Amino acid sequence: MNIVVLLSMVPDLVEELEIAPSGVALDTQWLRYLLSESDDHALEQALLLKERHGGRVVAMALDRGEAEEALYTALARGADEAVKLTGIPEEGLGKRAAAAVFGAVLKESPPDLILAGVQAIDDMDGHTAGALAGLLGLPYVGVTRSVDAPGAGKVLVQKEYPGGLAAEIEVDLPAVVGVLSAPQPPRYVPVARIREARKTKTISEREAPSVAVPEGPVIRRLFKPEPAERAEMLDGTPEEMAKQIVTILESRGLVR
Amino acid sequence: MCGGACPLAFAMEYTPRHSIYLLKEGLLDQVLKSNTLWLCVSCYNCTARCPSGLKITDVLFPALRDAAMSAGHTLPAEFKKALDNTYRYGNSFGEAPRKRMDWARVAGVPVPIISQLKRPVEALWLVECYPSYHPRNQLQAQAMARVLHSMGVDFAVLGPEERCVGDCERLSGEAGLFESLVEQNISLFDKYEFDEIVTADPHAYNSLTRIYPPQTGRQFPVRHYVEFLAARMDALRPLLKNRVEARVTYHDNCCLGRMSGLYESPRELLRAIPGISLVEMPFARENALCCGGGGGGMWLDTVIWQAAHERLSDRRVAHALSTGADIMAVSCPFEASRFEDALKSTGNEGKIVVKDIIELLDESAGTQGVKPA
Repeated sequence: MNIVVLLSMVPDLVEELEIAPSGVALDTQWLRYLLSESDDHALEQALLLKERHGGRVVAMALDRGEAEEALYTALARGADEAVKLTGIPEEGLGKRAAAAVFGAVLKESPPDLILAGVQAIDDMDGHTAGALAGLLGLPYVGVTRSVDAPGAGKVLVQKEYPGGLAAEIEVDLPAVVGVLSAPQPPRYVPVARIREARKTKTISEREAPSVAVPEGPVIRRLFKPEPAERAEMLDGTPEEMAKQIVTILESRGLVR
Repeated sequence: MCGGACPLAFAMEYTPRHSIYLLKEGLLDQVLKSNTLWLCVSCYNCTARCPSGLKITDVLFPALRDAAMSAGHTLPAEFKKALDNTYRYGNSFGEAPRKRMDWARVAGVPVPIISQLKRPVEALWLVECYPSYHPRNQLQAQAMARVLHSMGVDFAVLGPEERCVGDCERLSGEAGLFESLVEQNISLFDKYEFDEIVTADPHAYNSLTRIYPPQTGRQFPVRHYVEFLAARMDALRPLLKNRVEARVTYHDNCCLGRMSGLYESPRELLRAIPGISLVEMPFARENALCCGGGGGGMWLDTVIWQAAHERLSDRRVAHALSTGADIMAVSCPFEASRFEDALKSTGNEGKIVVKDIIELLDESAGTQGVKPA
């Protein structure tokens, strides 16, 4: 099975986020990027499928932030090929534009399965994979916790629903799957292997094709959380405060 | 000897000795699948006792962990996170390098950063990760800054450029990560001029004195602060004006003790503080019990608890309590928080106070004497 995993880089929250003077984007001056968590799981899912059923895994990323590090790490973890799409504007691409770019590249020789994280912390909107499936005219299942390949030409996915419910869905290939989590945590790759990959493997680069960006939501204002001044601070000894807490809970009917 | 000396052998599926015999029989996989390799906290007891001189702590266990990682074994989650963090941020906490100097804001004295000084210094102080980021250990870093400042030591720190020295990562079996940290640190040391390196972290001291030189062919003069200050007793003693009326017992940590034989300097510093009387624990000096934090132990507490139903720090505070001391003195950043936690988890909170020697020196040199519990 030929699998392509789409890797996206998201802001690393270890640094304080600042709003750019434009008021509609993050200030990228001090921003570092790291691989989106659910994309990390998508890669793990792809590697598990390859180990169980054979095949080939290609990791593909837009050239942004530390994408190269993520791609070398993917190679060190077991991906067969890494592709970097260059010419991406510094501020990045919106999800729909990213889906259009990936779609234009993948249309040339479509793989059997395209895996991507189901959502990323930079917009929490989760539509790269879905939009991509729409553009390629492929079936799409999102929010999966496992993907298996019980027979040729199809995959069996477990999709999560709210309330702890899950469904098993058989999907004909080719298809796009939005991964929430792999059945096991992403494997640790020893740093020696990443360093070796940097010396012995290459990342193929190609210019991101220019595409017509489908219309989507426009950010009018980006702002930090504005806390409402509703917090009530309690004073006194721990015992006094405990009594006050009980009174408050009783007054709101939360305890009997 | 190694199996008998190991303080966690009772919880291991195979003791170090048993593991060595299995490996001799070619049963590597059996050892890799056991809990043994995650229960080692690099206390060097086995190494110190081995009649054949095998480097069990420095070579065997890291090699086994390396083999487990390379074979794709699932690593304990906290352990994996710490390694990922160290690779990405240069510290196991996953904190921003830019926040490495936050502790210095409330040190009360200037803490110069060497890149800003633009001149050679006498002592390059490697603060290391726990004193830089851990709230309890930041108090130790602040005390150290005040003591060095009052003694008139010409010192500077690396600040946001500093990266972990990598001792625990090395003993965790992450040879590639250690190699990359060594490269980064050597290039930092080459960038600046200083007479010697001073650190408060015995683990950094362990790697800088014993591992960096053969691995890099480079030799940097390094001292732990207990040696550095003990050698400057003439400058230090006049500062120690406040009496600290307390019985104190000193915990010999593994890297300064068993691995480096530094038993006298810490005791000399404690004796220099007026009012302190020293008492020894049942297991002291080369027989001291480890706090359980070394060699990745800080990130393996959950695994170790599941197997052993105790942490070594729990057992060690019992040794300290048995002396009737008021203060348990330490000289390693891992220990203050580990022993304080152990006192709470064993129901002994308030029965003894845990202090780094540098904190006791700071108190004696400061404006108020200490009143232990």
